[in-house]
Amino acid sequence: MSIAVSVPIQSPAPSRPAIRPIPGPAALLVDHATKRFRVDRRKPPVVAVDDVSVLIGRGDIYGLLGANGSGKSTFIRLVSGLLTLDEGRVEVFGHDLVREEMAVKRLINRVSVDAAFFKKLSPAENLSFAARLYGLDGREARLKAAGIMARLGIGEKRMARPVEQMSRGMQQKVAIARAILTSPTLLLLDEPTTGLDPRSKLDVQSFIEELQADHDATILLTTHDLAEADRLCGRIGILAGGRLAVEETPEGLKRLVALEYGLPPTLESAFMKYTGRSLDDDVEEGEADPAD
Amino acid sequence: MIALTRDARAGYAFVERNFNLTKRYFGWEVAFLVYAVAGALSVSLIGQSVGSRTLLMSLVIGAVFWNYLSVVFQSIGDTITWERWEGTLEYTMMAPVRRSVQLLGSALYAVIYGLIHTAILLAILALFFSLDLGRANFAAAALFMGVGSASFIGVGMLAAILPMMSVERGSQMVFVLQSCLLLVSGVYYPTTILPGWMQLVSRVSPATYVLDAVRKALIDGASASQLLPDLWPLLVMAFVFIPVGLWGFGQAERYAKRTGKLKRVG
Repeated sequence: MSIAVSVPIQSPAPSRPAIRPIPGPAALLVDHATKRFRVDRRKPPVVAVDDVSVLIGRGDIYGLLGANGSGKSTFIRLVSGLLTLDEGRVEVFGHDLVREEMAVKRLINRVSVDAAFFKKLSPAENLSFAARLYGLDGREARLKAAGIMARLGIGEKRMARPVEQMSRGMQQKVAIARAILTSPTLLLLDEPTTGLDPRSKLDVQSFIEELQADHDATILLTTHDLAEADRLCGRIGILAGGRLAVEETPEGLKRLVALEYGLPPTLESAFMKYTGRSLDDDVEEGEADPAD
Repeated sequence: MIALTRDARAGYAFVERNFNLTKRYFGWEVAFLVYAVAGALSVSLIGQSVGSRTLLMSLVIGAVFWNYLSVVFQSIGDTITWERWEGTLEYTMMAPVRRSVQLLGSALYAVIYGLIHTAILLAILALFFSLDLGRANFAAAALFMGVGSASFIGVGMLAAILPMMSVERGSQMVFVLQSCLLLVSGVYYPTTILPGWMQLVSRVSPATYVLDAVRKALIDGASASQLLPDLWPLLVMAFVFIPVGLWGFGQAERYAKRTGKLKRVG
């Protein structure tokens, strides 16, 4: 299937360029996705993701920014098939998420902000479990895991000790290894570097770049780190109140806020403009509710 | 063929993971075994104190085989609870694995684990009470354990739905369900002494038929053909409960995905 989709986006940005045509099926097509949650039966449902459309080409890194509670993690869960859509549709490399769920599941994997593992098990045991779920045999999984872990700076000795004995940064690297092990063509990274020390953060960022360059991976990244988004992402979308407020290249966003609003040409200005809040507010809330 | 290999690997993933968890929580395994032995001995000693060999055997069999059935039931029921506790549920649900493979993989380990646990318990009790099992029909007992396991796997699958719907209350409900099965299934007494409505409930518990048949096989040496009245209800339950459990689990998963309940809590 070859598509050249012009995705309608509810952007207030007046000068947003049209999405470029992509040869072949898009890595990710999210078309008018809406998700509501009913928290209290007496109240109207909360709209977590509101009519959002996104198109990501193969091999791109797309950054999704937004305040806590803006719908980033819900969006990732919708794409992961962990939540059902109320409206809209999701396609991964031309496969519809609802009709071809298994085909989509084989193509994607996810790293979330909380590195969730069986904490008493070792990285090797956790990775073996994940690999077998995706149909890899034990030997193949062990070899591949050792290679990925070595690349992330985790030696073989560490592979046999319980995950709970590892630092937060190490655990996050194991989480990334778990996702890479299954060779996903679409990788969903939900704040993968939150809480990491600067060195670990750089390691992970370099690895993400390597995945894109060497493994042809397409990446959807949510982050609170604007420098990280600037460094890694080809395009950035900013979610505010569940709606996609703007979508641009990092340079385009900077230009936009400078030209249209007379603000300093930085991603921080863009973030504040389109989310209506400061980055400090967001980080403070994030510490209280990292799950978004 | 490729799909079968993939399913086999995915199913084995749950067996291997649960084995690794058992290994890593070995201290707790020993503690649970000690508790099970102490509990079974305490109940069985009532039979010893009365001086009735038949009562003693009946209580030993009740304690040992209830232990097996409850281990199988709990292991499957905890499939979701454990993953929720560790926060890995979303990752497992994202993986390209059919729910039947996931649940049957967990059930297979539960049966293996339950058999080992029960064999140790039975050996200890047999030595403690110098049980005479000369007349016992072990083949018939094994047949009923096998068929009973299938029925209990179905009930366990239905129980596994509860933690999917509600994190804490789900686990509590699994515990309540297990307790009710203990009460109505004639584990330590004949179901005929129960009030009429409880006797009706006891008829839909697989444990009732397993325990009745295993007692007759091990104490009286009854053959499988003599135990047919206990066999067919178990077969019917296995054929009904497993598909119903799988269907119910699928419905619960859809509900959890609609309402956002797969997300880590706690």
